[in-house]
Amino acid sequence: MQDKSSGLPVPYMERTRNYYRALGYTKDYVWANHTDVPFTRMAKPVSKMKVALITTAGPGDRSHRDERNRRHVWSGQVANPPATFDTDMAWDKESTHTDDRETFLPIDAAQRLVSDGALGALAPSFHTAPTDYSQQKTTEQDAPEILRRLQDEQVDAAILTAL
Amino acid sequence: MSLVARHLEASGIPTVIIGSAKDIVEHCGVPRFVFSDFPLGNPCGHPWDKDMQVATVRLALQVLENASGPRTTVRSPFEWKANDPEWRERYNRVRAEDREKLLAIGEARRKERKA
Repeated sequence: MQDKSSGLPVPYMERTRNYYRALGYTKDYVWANHTDVPFTRMAKPVSKMKVALITTAGPGDRSHRDERNRRHVWSGQVANPPATFDTDMAWDKESTHTDDRETFLPIDAAQRLVSDGALGALAPSFHTAPTDYSQQKTTEQDAPEILRRLQDEQVDAAILTAL
Repeated sequence: MSLVARHLEASGIPTVIIGSAKDIVEHCGVPRFVFSDFPLGNPCGHPWDKDMQVATVRLALQVLENASGPRTTVRSPFEWKANDPEWRERYNRVRAEDREKLLAIGEARRKERKA
């Protein structure tokens, strides 16, 4: 019998490909793939940095969606986050739940690290990055928009959490 | 999310991703990655486990500070729940007995999209 707790990471690309083929789709999704990876050196220690949180979940009132249900960049305040979140996207709904915001948008955890001095500051805004199937929309519209919003608050670094 | 990290990084803002889809994130290629080997949905720790969530974000900060180059992946030390050893098999599984049902779901989706 196969050892199901073997500890190998789940092959999500293969799993998703097979699933969509079973749904009857004939064209496989092509995941983004890059040879070169950018890297920016840290200009100062994290304990002196202002860090922003970016997640894939949106506000529970779904105001980040347009009339065609497409999701857009949305920003909220860490001091007053929405009571509920729109987590209507692909994650393992049979194995877990997203009732605890801190599992995908760790505002309290980051604030604790600010209190104990490990982190300089948390940026006032957090951001929702729509993870559309359109890689073009992500790279040409959403990512530049998030960059602008981080620059507006003079953010030094970002923690991105993907459901 | 990986594409957003790459864009910020290329524009001078260091990033770290906390996520659970290791193959997808590494296939894209990102600067810094904390891998939580959990079901998709809770990258920052088990629900309601504050200590684990703080430890995971602390690890992300350490990776931000210490990574010496791109494609740095650090695995979080935490495991998924011991009472659920079957979780890896579950997401998007295709069982023989579900094939007919899945095909019908796909047909319905395609019809809805056309409408």
